[in-house]
Amino acid sequence: MTELILQTVVNAVYAASYMSLIAVGLVLIFGVMGVINFAHGELYMAGAYTVVALYSQVGVPFFVTVVAGLIFVGLLGLLMEQSFFKPLRDNPLGGLIASIGFLLILQTSAVLGFGVRMAHIRPPTQAKFELIEGVVLTHQRLFVIIAAIVLLSLLHLFLRKTKFGWAMRACAQDREAAALQGISLSQISRIAMFIGAGLAGVAGALTAPLVSPTPYMGHSVIVTAFIIIIVGGIGQLEGAVVAAVLYAFVHTFVTTFYDGVVADITGLLLMLLVLVIKPTGLFGTKERA
Amino acid sequence: MPRAKANIWSWLLGFCLLVGLLVLPQVLSYSQREIAVLLIINVLLVSSYRLMTLTGEWSLGHVVIMGVGAYASALFSKRLGIPVPISMLLGAASAGGVAAILSFPLFRMKGFYFLIGSFAAGEVIRLIWKYFTYPFGGPKGLKLIPGFPDIGSISFFEPEIYYYLCLFVVAVSLFVLYRIERSRIGLTFHAIHWQDKLAESVGVDTFRYRMLAFVLASFFAGLSGALYAHYIGTINPTRFDVEEMVFVLIWAIVGGTVTFYGPIIGVVVLTVMNEVILRSLGFDTARPMIYGGILIVSVLFLPDGLESLIPKVKGWFSGRVKKTGEVLEPEKSP
Repeated sequence: MTELILQTVVNAVYAASYMSLIAVGLVLIFGVMGVINFAHGELYMAGAYTVVALYSQVGVPFFVTVVAGLIFVGLLGLLMEQSFFKPLRDNPLGGLIASIGFLLILQTSAVLGFGVRMAHIRPPTQAKFELIEGVVLTHQRLFVIIAAIVLLSLLHLFLRKTKFGWAMRACAQDREAAALQGISLSQISRIAMFIGAGLAGVAGALTAPLVSPTPYMGHSVIVTAFIIIIVGGIGQLEGAVVAAVLYAFVHTFVTTFYDGVVADITGLLLMLLVLVIKPTGLFGTKERA
Repeated sequence: MPRAKANIWSWLLGFCLLVGLLVLPQVLSYSQREIAVLLIINVLLVSSYRLMTLTGEWSLGHVVIMGVGAYASALFSKRLGIPVPISMLLGAASAGGVAAILSFPLFRMKGFYFLIGSFAAGEVIRLIWKYFTYPFGGPKGLKLIPGFPDIGSISFFEPEIYYYLCLFVVAVSLFVLYRIERSRIGLTFHAIHWQDKLAESVGVDTFRYRMLAFVLASFFAGLSGALYAHYIGTINPTRFDVEEMVFVLIWAIVGGTVTFYGPIIGVVVLTVMNEVILRSLGFDTARPMIYGGILIVSVLFLPDGLESLIPKVKGWFSGRVKKTGEVLEPEKSP
């Protein structure tokens, strides 16, 4: 029993790591640009298929493909920003709809390029740690956990210590006031979009060998990401991380001890409860959007 | 009929449209007739969605509410043996009832939070269908739902005949929806949308009116679900997932929601384009991609929806002074 609980804790930490990478990207994009990126799950999918294309089919080393995934998906984010988020700056509902259009394009591209079936990827390493008797952490999962900690720390430093980070936080607080201070909204939006999309891409690339990518894998991810950003408070980066950990633990434990569907229901009820009691989320301070 | 002074051209146009709708199944192939039936059902769905948006709240749970109507109607007729026409109405009423219960948590939220809250509530309902094998059939859903009973020698199993049934039901529903919008209640919905604080200050209970809009919209969404369930004969939780909801949202936004006919234009144009034109051009797997591209282009270049083109088109045709919007509506109610 102790092993089962410890193993579930390990699983939950892994789930929290990649979910917080995705959710933080989504929150960053919403915070700076005020638009919900519905295609975020598909950006994650695009990251996973970068690994399918480069690592499985061409044979590029795994970690190079992860970096390639970050850059490629980041560029996809830039493309989204330039082609529709920027022209639709004053029309958040329009931006949402356009991102749904982009979601369909990405999904279909994956179907046309790689087929509908699951793509199996041979993991780069089969090695694993046995923490104690019966509790296992594979290296592949450890990579995800380390990547999440490193990247989110870097993001934190970037937002707190650099000029661009300050400007980005200013935009998230009040766009007009930030523009009046001489901050270029377009430039900051481009950076936010690149980072937000890139984080989803890294999460997709690193988890690809563990989840067997399909073109429709983004759907469940975006649902989970929505729950996390609501529970954490929309536009709250730290809140998103805490909510990701909370959600991952609740979901993993309920899945292990009851059933996957019950876990989904629990997660949604958790979110509804937060919405009814404190609509701004656990860490939200003021009404936004 | 209101606005009888509407000029003779709009009456003529309405008459042509009615004749066109009645003749339509005769000129279509079998599979196209099936699409026509689903299209008519979707017209009701998206029109009921518009009633919901009149109060300014955008829901992401509308398709699940449609599913409540479908599941309830199917269960009433299948497990309890209630005649299908009655169970359809009971299904619609169940959808309205579920909406009434959901109003209490959901209308504590507004705007974006309502959007996400309605989505969560819908997903919970959907997962309950998925989890409980009895009575909801679990992930595989309900099968062998009884069809609409034959009247004499008329079999509603034929898409052609079912088309006329749907046309009748939807036409009556649209007429009711239209009358609701033009009534005092509908005007109050508009008032709540644009100035909810002001409406409250003159004694309008905004919660009750929001709830009323939600319940009425859900009733008609449930009715469309019941029409769907007894036509297809099988329903499952995946049929009512968020992707279907996204399509309703797309129809409404691409069509435009300012006028009564905007969402209807949206669903008709996009469905015809998607199912008929793109299919006949031979794109099959690439269809969603083209659909997505058209979506982005339409949001970028036609932000007010397809409905904003109607006054222009009418200007070209008649060459006379336009009476923006008003004239086209009565023909939807034969």
